[in-house]
Amino acid sequence: MVKIEVLGSGCANCQRLETLAREAVAKLGIEADVEHVTDIKEIMARGIMATPGLAIDGKVVLAGRVPSAAEVEGIIAGAVKG
Amino acid sequence: MSSRTDTSTKNDVITDGVTCAVTNSTPAGGIIASQRPAFPLWAALAAAALIWVTAYVTLHPVVDAVTYDLFRLSRESHLGSAINFFLYDTPKVLLLLTGIVFLMGIIRTFFSPESTRRLLGGRREGVGNVAAAGLGIVTPFCSCSAVPLFIGFVEAGVPLGVTFSFLISAPMVNEVAIVLLFGLFGWKTAALYVGLGLTIAIVAGWVIGRLRLERHVEPFVYEIAVGQLDATESLSWSDRTARGIQAVRDIVGRVWPFVVAGIAVGAAIHGYVPQDTMAGIMGKGTWWSVPAAVLLGVPMYSNAAGVLPVIEALIDKGAALGTALAFMMSVVALSLPEMIILRRVLRWQLIAVFVAVVAGGITAVGFIFNLVF
Repeated sequence: MVKIEVLGSGCANCQRLETLAREAVAKLGIEADVEHVTDIKEIMARGIMATPGLAIDGKVVLAGRVPSAAEVEGIIAGAVKG
Repeated sequence: MSSRTDTSTKNDVITDGVTCAVTNSTPAGGIIASQRPAFPLWAALAAAALIWVTAYVTLHPVVDAVTYDLFRLSRESHLGSAINFFLYDTPKVLLLLTGIVFLMGIIRTFFSPESTRRLLGGRREGVGNVAAAGLGIVTPFCSCSAVPLFIGFVEAGVPLGVTFSFLISAPMVNEVAIVLLFGLFGWKTAALYVGLGLTIAIVAGWVIGRLRLERHVEPFVYEIAVGQLDATESLSWSDRTARGIQAVRDIVGRVWPFVVAGIAVGAAIHGYVPQDTMAGIMGKGTWWSVPAAVLLGVPMYSNAAGVLPVIEALIDKGAALGTALAFMMSVVALSLPEMIILRRVLRWQLIAVFVAVVAGGITAVGFIFNLVF
C-alpha cells in the first residue's frame, strides 16, 4: 500500500493535483491511499513553501506546481518501483 | 533512488523533509527524456522562433488585406476600423502573450521560493526590499500559496517588511500585465506600470518594516517547525522547455477569453463612443477620481487579464491613464480573498496597515502619473 499525500490549502491547483494523482493511481493499477493534507503546520513541517505539494510514502517529490498527467504518472510509477 | 518503504505511515516528517531532496524530480526527468522529439531541441526552438517572428511581422499587412480588400470595408468607416483593430490586435496580443509567457516559464525554472528565501535571508531592510520586489517578478508564485510562503520567509529570518515587498510585487508586476499593457497601450505605459509597481512594492514594504508590526503577526507563525526542502532539481533544457510550454498552456489557456473580450470592447468603442463621455468623471480635472478608483478596486479580485476590458473601456472613454492604471493596480494587488487568506497568519491591525499603505502608494502613483502626463 502506497501512501500518496497532496499537501495544500484546498485551492484550485491543489484539487487539480489530487484529481491527477487519483487518476494516475487508477491508471497504474497500484494500491494507494490518496490523502489531502490541509493542516498548515503539517505542510510547513515538510518544508513546502509553495502549494500544492506531493508526497509519496512521506517523501516530498514535488512542490509549487501542477505537472501534466503524464508527469504525475511518471513520478508515482518511479517512486513505487524505487 | 526512492526505495519503497513498507510502513506507509511515517510520522517523522522532519526526517522525511530532509531526505526528500535526493529523490526529487528524478522520475520526472526520466519521463521527459524518454519523450525526446525526433530532431534536436535547439532546432525545434529555432523553428518556433522563426514562425513566431514571421507571424508577428506579416500580421499587419495580412489583416489590412483581409479587412479592406477581401471584406471590401472602407478605411474611413467606423465598422472598417473597428474590425481591423479587432482582427489585428487579437492575434498580436495573443502572440506576444505566448512568447513572453513561454520565456518567463523558462526563466522561472531557475528560481524557486526556496532559492528566493535564501537570497533574502541575510538582507537588511532597504536592499532587501529592492531585492524582494525584483525577485517577486521571477519567482514562481500563486497567491493561494501566500500563507506557507509567508511563514517560510519569516521563519528563515526574512524581515517582515521585506516579505511584504515580495508579496506586493509578485501578483502586481507579472508578465501578463506587462504584455497586455504593451500590446494595447504601448511600451511606455508598460514600462511605467513595471517601474511604478516595483516602487510601490519597495516603498510600502519598507514602510511596513519601519512600523515594527511584528507583534501583529499571529504568534503560532514563530512557533511552527519548518522542515527543510532543499530540492535542487537538476533540470535539463528539454525539461525547462517543457515547463515553458506548460506555462503557456496554463496561463494563455486561462486568460485568452479575457484578452479577446478586452480587445472586442476596445474595438467596439474604437469608432463609436465619443471620447469624452468619461472625461468629466474620470479625467485629469477631477481630483477625487484616483482615490475613488483605488477604493473601488481594493476589494475586487481579478488578474490583469480580467480587469483589462474595463481599463480599455475607461481609457477609450476619456478616463485619465493614471486613474485607470491605479484602478488596475489596486484590483490586481489587493483583494478581499487575499486579506482573508492572510488573516490566518496576520492580525487585522497588520492587514489594515498593509492595505492602507499599498492603497496609499497606488493613489500617490495615480496622482503623479496624471500630473506628469
